[in-house]
Amino acid sequence: MHKRLRASIKPLRGILVLTVSMSTLGALTTIAQMILLSEIVNAVFLSHRGLAQVLLPLVLLLGTLILRASLLWGREVTAQRAAIRFKASLRERVFAHLLRLGPAWNSSERTGELVAVVNEGIERLDAYISRYLPQRVLSVVVPLLILVVVLPVDWFSALLLLVTGPVIPLLMYLVGSYTEKRIQAQWDTLSRMSAHFLDVMQGLTTLKLFGRSQAQQERIAHISNRYRDKTLQVLRYAFLSGAVLEFMTMTAIGVIATTLGVRLLNHGIAFESAFLVLLLTPEFYRPLQELGVQRHAAMEGEASARRIFEILESPVPIEMPTAVEEPVPAGAITLDITDLSYIYPGKEGPALDHFGLSLPANTCTALVGRSGAGKSTLVNLLMRFMDATSGTIAANGVPITALSPDRWRKYVALVPQRPYLFYGTLRENIRLARPEANDDELMQAAKLAGVTAFIDELLDGFDTQVGEQGMQLSAGQAQRVAIARAILKNAPILILDEPTSSLDPESEALIRQSLTTLTLNRTVLVIAHRYNTIARADHVAVLDEGRIVEAGTPDALVLSRGIYANMLGVVRTSEVPV
Amino acid sequence: MKIFTRLLAFLSPFRWLIVLAILLGSVMIASNIGLLGMAAYLIAASALGPLLVLLSIPIYLVRMMGIVRALSRYAERLVSHNATFRLLANLRVWAYSRIEPQAPAHLLTYRSGDMLARLVADIEELQNFYLRVVSPIAVALVVSLFTFGIFSIFSLGLAWVALAFLVADGLGVPFLTAFLARGLGRQQVNARAVLNLQVVDSLQGIKDVLAFGRSQVQLESVAACDRSLGHVQRHMATITGLQAALNDLLMNTAMWVLLLLAIPLVSSRYIDGVYLGVIGLLILASFEAVQPLASAFQRLGHLLTAAERVFAVTDAQPPVVESVTAQPIPAEPGGYALSFEHVHFAYRLGECEVLSDISFDLRPGSRMAIVGPSGAGKSTLARLALRFWDPSNGVIRLNGQDIRCCRLRTLRDLICVIAQDTYIFNDTLHTNLLLARHGASEAEIETALAQAQLTEFTRQLPRGLNTWVGEQGMQLSGGERQRLAVARAFLRDAPILILDEATANLDPLTERTLLDSLVELTRRQTTLYITHRLLGMERMDEILVLDQGRIAERGTHEELLAKKGLYRQLFDIQQGELTLA
Repeated sequence: MHKRLRASIKPLRGILVLTVSMSTLGALTTIAQMILLSEIVNAVFLSHRGLAQVLLPLVLLLGTLILRASLLWGREVTAQRAAIRFKASLRERVFAHLLRLGPAWNSSERTGELVAVVNEGIERLDAYISRYLPQRVLSVVVPLLILVVVLPVDWFSALLLLVTGPVIPLLMYLVGSYTEKRIQAQWDTLSRMSAHFLDVMQGLTTLKLFGRSQAQQERIAHISNRYRDKTLQVLRYAFLSGAVLEFMTMTAIGVIATTLGVRLLNHGIAFESAFLVLLLTPEFYRPLQELGVQRHAAMEGEASARRIFEILESPVPIEMPTAVEEPVPAGAITLDITDLSYIYPGKEGPALDHFGLSLPANTCTALVGRSGAGKSTLVNLLMRFMDATSGTIAANGVPITALSPDRWRKYVALVPQRPYLFYGTLRENIRLARPEANDDELMQAAKLAGVTAFIDELLDGFDTQVGEQGMQLSAGQAQRVAIARAILKNAPILILDEPTSSLDPESEALIRQSLTTLTLNRTVLVIAHRYNTIARADHVAVLDEGRIVEAGTPDALVLSRGIYANMLGVVRTSEVPV
Repeated sequence: MKIFTRLLAFLSPFRWLIVLAILLGSVMIASNIGLLGMAAYLIAASALGPLLVLLSIPIYLVRMMGIVRALSRYAERLVSHNATFRLLANLRVWAYSRIEPQAPAHLLTYRSGDMLARLVADIEELQNFYLRVVSPIAVALVVSLFTFGIFSIFSLGLAWVALAFLVADGLGVPFLTAFLARGLGRQQVNARAVLNLQVVDSLQGIKDVLAFGRSQVQLESVAACDRSLGHVQRHMATITGLQAALNDLLMNTAMWVLLLLAIPLVSSRYIDGVYLGVIGLLILASFEAVQPLASAFQRLGHLLTAAERVFAVTDAQPPVVESVTAQPIPAEPGGYALSFEHVHFAYRLGECEVLSDISFDLRPGSRMAIVGPSGAGKSTLARLALRFWDPSNGVIRLNGQDIRCCRLRTLRDLICVIAQDTYIFNDTLHTNLLLARHGASEAEIETALAQAQLTEFTRQLPRGLNTWVGEQGMQLSGGERQRLAVARAFLRDAPILILDEATANLDPLTERTLLDSLVELTRRQTTLYITHRLLGMERMDEILVLDQGRIAERGTHEELLAKKGLYRQLFDIQQGELTLA
């Protein structure tokens, strides 16, 4: 994972180098600052110079301060910009790939997680790029620079620094992994306890109805207290690393100061040098401490990156055509499905098992079967949301795999089971079916689909904002919008997936006429449970466990007293007095 | 400001812990100041060549400061986290005590579980009040005063200058930053929200996106959102960069100015030269206390907003007030009868009525169905019977007693509901069942499970009844959840049972199984069956057909079919559906 993350960062090299350079320059400026400071203090304290005589170094000192602050500003800005650019490009890559992966890959329960990855997951990489990565370099470069400066001034202090320096990251690592193990052991218990409150709130109604809501108050207190105790137990170890680091750093400063003092007494070193070393010592440890602080953010970032790259590496379930795209012969389309099989990755049995069906041009075929029989798989394959494991689907003899999915989908209009309304106006939601359509065509489609029938209930009519954060349309209204889209698109193939299942009696009556008109002069596949819809089809096919078990005209099937007849029969037993 | 004070009140139960934490935090920073100051003194003093023995105290102190700092840092973190967890516990208990009476009604008005999750997230965010706001501010105050005190030993003038710089960094820079960034925070939130919307839209509607060839459009949309967000973020980065730079500059300039002022004082012997270096290091080290203030103020902003949202919910009045003088419900030999007399209901005054003139009489031991197209107000009926709300007009009675005069607990002991969404708690299956009857015996649980047709299911579980279920445990299917609800209803054994669209989320096959498990239950108890699917209607004693909140038709199954009205229409549609064995 780390490898792939590194590859994504390559384009940012330039700007990251700039960031690190600015920080390094800043460190050099700090060193200059300390040199000047020790010079001034020495001059006034030991050489008894007055203000006028140290004016020049003072002015230079002010200059270094301003330079240092400016470099800091520059560094912050460049680091952030690097992160912003990185996040945007990665987000677009992931998003584009998710679209290519299609609905076959994103099942509805995963959408929430995927959205979280694209939004928050990518944000978590911000600290990784803008702080952790530069800091990794700086935690080596800056201490080295300081060592280089201190060495000629006082080799003993340099040695002390050199010896204690690497101990810090080492300690961090050791204590870190120790505490992590302990945290992992407690993880389940801790996360359950922290989720308890939300659980109780979500189930409050249930608790109230069972008269147990007041007892929960004590339980919340009890669990929160236990959580506190357990977490503090873990934190005792987690904070140890910080404390040890602090102790080490402080002790080192103390030891260095003490030895400098002793050597000063023995005239082994000049005051100015000793003071400089004292000033530089905290600066030596600071980058290492910073790294420790950034480590947490780094780990979060790496966890997010893992998931992101998992997504980016998922193979697309559709193959692009390699040869020149063959157009489908114009006019009405006959769909021939031959020997089609599909197995979902990870599943044992095939969802479609050598399935064969012919949809002659300008006819309507109804597909019937219980849930899990393979109907939605067929729709996904017909829409080329995924490619079959074996077998072919041919349109007028041309296999649909010979076209790119986008081109193929221009030939098919789908009315899905749960139509989605996008953030936008009602008008836009219909128009997206065929953006070049004019207003008349749009209104006509809306009328036929029964959308105009409910438009008066909406305050802004066609300009009403719908979808996410807009007006919530009922399932029936959404379905009518989907039908309007199909009418507007006017494609030679039409797939209707339970088109009237969400509609109440009035709406269904309204649509029935439009659906009849819609299915004329088109090759139609309709998946339905409603007898009325099926009886009007030219052909009926019964699907069970991935295969066609019965097919024929509705009347023929009724006479044959097979499965289809049985299904009807069960319906008809509840006597309906005429 | 008022919100701030309210939040402070939450800290008062353990204020001594808070004081200790602030003290430790101050000691932590003071010890660093002391360490560096002492070290500088040590070196300067040594340069003058005194006897070693005179330096023994500074040497000792230098060593000590290191230990003090490490220890106080460790202790401070433990104590402040302790305080934070106590604060969280307080907040949760308090919030619960305020929200509990408001349930179930107000909770239902939240459009989605999202809002509840956000409320809980806001409450959790408030736990940071001490750690990230009060603590840094208090410690900064204490340390600034301490620094003032130390510098006044040298010269009062220096002390004031030092304090001025500390205040400039602690207060001035945050305010400047807030001023420069005004509006940017909101812009960023908005830009993020729009981006989020586009992503959600595209992923949830991916079938439609692909079916209508809109991939490119959506990609460009997201790219455009990224561009706007990037623009705002770059602007923000300039300001946060400025903030960091100013922090640094002020710290160093403070040192520079103090140096400038101290040098003449050293020359005039007002201050001993030994202390010149000390002054420099002291001021540098003291800034550690004020530098976190910028983010503390920012956090304060977020916290106050979150607190506002939380208080808006917790300050609301419960919609139903329990009568002070609760009357008992007269017991009748036959059981309990529920009646509605000309009940009207609207969620808010002036709004369209959800229920109009509903009257019916549910006799003990009888079965009544309430049917009608979705949105007709059927579920509201159930909620009124349970006193989630009071009717705008009319009376609801149990055995003749107005339910507004009863204790809520009594009312809910007598009526049990199986709704369409059964909530499973994050706990064992056993606990989830015990909810219905606190001290249920093993035998009672076994019977309930058997009646709900869950025996086989439970046997197959990895740990039987002790299997962890719920959000973080095993996920139960829709049918399994509803059967659990049936088991709970068996354990509860209340005289009146309301089935509120109990099968609405189930597919036909599962629905059939559930209805079978309910046969025994509905036989024993007075049942109100609310549904929009007309199954098993022949067994009902009376059926009420609701349309737009009014009773459109009533009668038995046969009577209604014969009328050829709305009921017949609904029945016919349903009949037209193929049933799959």
